[in-house]
Amino acid sequence: MIRTENLEKHFGKLHVLKGVNTSFSGGEVVSVIGPNGSGKTTLIKSILGMVVADKGKIYFDNKDVANDFSYRHHIGYMPQIGRYPENMKMGQLFSMMKDLRKSSSTLDEELMNEFQLKTMFDKPMRTLSGGTTQKVSAALAFLFNPKVLILDEPTAGLDPLASEILKAKILKAKSEGKLVIVTSHIMSEVEEMADKIMYLFEGNIYFYKTITELKTETGEEKLGKAIAKIMTQQAHA
Amino acid sequence: MKTFFVSVSLCLFISFSQGRTIILSPTSSTKTFHDAVNAAKDFDTILIRAGVYSCINETINKPLTIIGENLPALDGQLKDEVLVVMSDNVNINGIEIRNSKRGSMKDFSGLRVFKSRNVRIENCTLNNTYFGIYLSDSKSVLVKKCKSKGANYGKSDTGNGIHLWKCDSITIEDNHLEGHRDGIYLEFAKHCFMQNNLCEKNFRYGLHFMFSDNDTYENNTFTNNGTGVAVMYSKGVHMFNNKFENNWGDASYGLLLKDMTNGIIRGNTFENNTVGVTMEGGSNMRFEKNNFFKNGYAIKVMANCRLDTFVRNNFSGNTFDASTNGELQENLFENNYWDKYEGYDLNRDKVGDIPYRPVSLYSVLVEQMPYAVMLMRSFTIDLLNRAEKNIPSIVPETFVDDKPLMHLISRK
Amino acid sequence: MLKISKYVIYDILRSKVLIAYTLFLFAVSFALFSLETDGAKSMVSLLSIVLIIVPLISVVFTTTYFYNAYEFIELLVAQPLSRNTILLGEFFGVAISMTAAFLIGIGIPVLIYSPNATGGVLLLSGVVLTLSFISIAFFASVAMRDKAKGIGMSLLLWFYFAVIYDAIVLGILFSFSDYPLDKAVIALASLNPIDMARIMVLMKLDISALMGFTGAVYKHFFGSSFGLLYTIAVMLVWIILPLIVSVRIFKKKNL
Repeated sequence: MIRTENLEKHFGKLHVLKGVNTSFSGGEVVSVIGPNGSGKTTLIKSILGMVVADKGKIYFDNKDVANDFSYRHHIGYMPQIGRYPENMKMGQLFSMMKDLRKSSSTLDEELMNEFQLKTMFDKPMRTLSGGTTQKVSAALAFLFNPKVLILDEPTAGLDPLASEILKAKILKAKSEGKLVIVTSHIMSEVEEMADKIMYLFEGNIYFYKTITELKTETGEEKLGKAIAKIMTQQAHA
Repeated sequence: MKTFFVSVSLCLFISFSQGRTIILSPTSSTKTFHDAVNAAKDFDTILIRAGVYSCINETINKPLTIIGENLPALDGQLKDEVLVVMSDNVNINGIEIRNSKRGSMKDFSGLRVFKSRNVRIENCTLNNTYFGIYLSDSKSVLVKKCKSKGANYGKSDTGNGIHLWKCDSITIEDNHLEGHRDGIYLEFAKHCFMQNNLCEKNFRYGLHFMFSDNDTYENNTFTNNGTGVAVMYSKGVHMFNNKFENNWGDASYGLLLKDMTNGIIRGNTFENNTVGVTMEGGSNMRFEKNNFFKNGYAIKVMANCRLDTFVRNNFSGNTFDASTNGELQENLFENNYWDKYEGYDLNRDKVGDIPYRPVSLYSVLVEQMPYAVMLMRSFTIDLLNRAEKNIPSIVPETFVDDKPLMHLISRK
Repeated sequence: MLKISKYVIYDILRSKVLIAYTLFLFAVSFALFSLETDGAKSMVSLLSIVLIIVPLISVVFTTTYFYNAYEFIELLVAQPLSRNTILLGEFFGVAISMTAAFLIGIGIPVLIYSPNATGGVLLLSGVVLTLSFISIAFFASVAMRDKAKGIGMSLLLWFYFAVIYDAIVLGILFSFSDYPLDKAVIALASLNPIDMARIMVLMKLDISALMGFTGAVYKHFFGSSFGLLYTIAVMLVWIILPLIVSVRIFKKKNL
């Protein structure tokens, strides 16, 4: 569904992506992990077109996305920290997004309802707590029923109940054949949801494997330990 | 009132002269104007009825009264001058004079008065004549309520509306002169009095003085002339309550004064001229209670002007109030109103407490490098002007009004 | 694009700053007209407001707005919208609001007190200056990631066009005063939108003074109808060019 070829990106002297070749397909949850500054967010933002890569190409359904924006009809994005026009009320934000996206697909208001956002529609965005803002971001990402969901640290800041709702929604999306790309630091969560793990390290894909592969290769039961093992092996080699 | 006076004087003149009246009309026995003049004796009256009569270089050499009824026309047919007066005591009233010859060698005119005294020309219209009314070597002539529109030959080739050469005691009033080279031209004309004339759209000057002393002009309007009014090389000229307006162009001004002495310029209005007054080599000139409104430059006073006085004039809405070409000024500016003055009046005597310098730094700059005109009204220029006002270093220090007024002086 | 502009305008109206700006212009122009009996003199004062204050507020407002709306822009960039659409939508939103504020704030008093050609040209040049300085401010905002730097650059550009440039021109004219500079003067004026606007108004306001210069480019060039077309064309370039550059930069910008 999504393929990157030799993606490179510099921020000034910093070489953030060093030729990333990878692909993502539908019906799976891919967890992108890695230490801080490893290029996770840059990779995600490149796919979203928020960051323009220096070199390399991104294909969405085998079409080059350079100078194209229509592919974003099929992507829902939940940023790590959602920031919205301060003076706008929540209800206005939702209706504006509907207005701007002109989506033909049926709206998916499940999350909006489960988070009970409608009761807060007349609150200005600047008055919302971080958690509520995250709920808004999540609801917006799923609202247009896209084929691809890109979620940047989705559960950070959410209360446990909301986290569970969101996780359930992610798994449901997967079962509907959608691609979900998630970045996360919480291994238990990754283990719960992900089918594949992409480990980014200093701008390169360190490994990109299914969870079962990882566990069998390392012989570890716990995902966290399995990853740690791979990394120490690599370091010794 | 004036009409009354004119008609009464006419009646008196006619009754005292007790001459015969010869009637000239298309149906009368006297067929041509020439015959009528020949037939007339001293102090006779020729009454011309409406119609067009040929009149080529016809000379009036005896005292006659020529009166037109319903504006008959004397036509020179472009062959020569039309009518020449060479006798004292001639009255001409209510006649159209048209189609004089034109030429560059001789100043052909519609009506020439030569070496005559006590001549009155009233209510006449001049059409398509090279010069309009040409007075030379004459004394005590009245030109009143006449109209002359210059023949449209183009700028360089048109004569003057009313032209005076070596005359004395001429009165020119209530005339309308348009489209000539100069509206009114005076050379070696003394003791003349001009009032209520309108000179407009003349190619060169509305009024042009050369070597003419002790003349007065009052309540005239000079508008839209090529270069305004020029008064040159003359002494004791009085200019009161005239209007100088809308004279625009490279070398245009409301009033040009050149080598003038002892003149008085009072109560005039200079409005919408490129330059209100330009003065070169003036001395003992007095400018009093004039209005300088909305001119490019209100006054340009060259450094060779001495002992001139500017008091109680209004300067408002001019792009530049004054400009000069030298450092030294020996002229007095006092009690004028300058709208650009930003001083204060703490003792409330209606006179500003700090002096005003009408020459701005920018006007000096523009004088030296004309291209700086592109920076007119620039914020940067404003800043420079203000800095210079506080610490004058370039503008002439002696060009200053030490007692500027706080309010516009109302006239009347 | 106009949809985005619509939300931008909503947002600007809610912030009240624009309303304050409108009232400020309105109050100042009314004061100038009613304190001064001579309409032409009020126009002169109004001209300096149009040439200095309007561009200043335009750049400061636009830059501040742009950085305040950064989140909104981020949000939009992840949506199926082209970056052209987003930036132009933002531009027109700001442009429409600012132009409306100017036309209400200065336009109404001018129409009441001085409904003539000079007034019309003053309004036209004010609108064009508003637009070109919004465009210039967009350039600064897009080029600088940091808010403080962006506002700093905007102010610097304003200061350059409003003050420094004319001083440079004065220096050039002074150094080359022995040469015929007719064409150079036109070129120099064209390189500054404030100069172009100023000249446009001068052609009405100070025509009697401008006539006084032999062979002056003013009368022959800017006074002609070709000159007027040229002036308008150059001013349009001053709106469009910074905007095109901004769009170019914004297309490559990382959010």
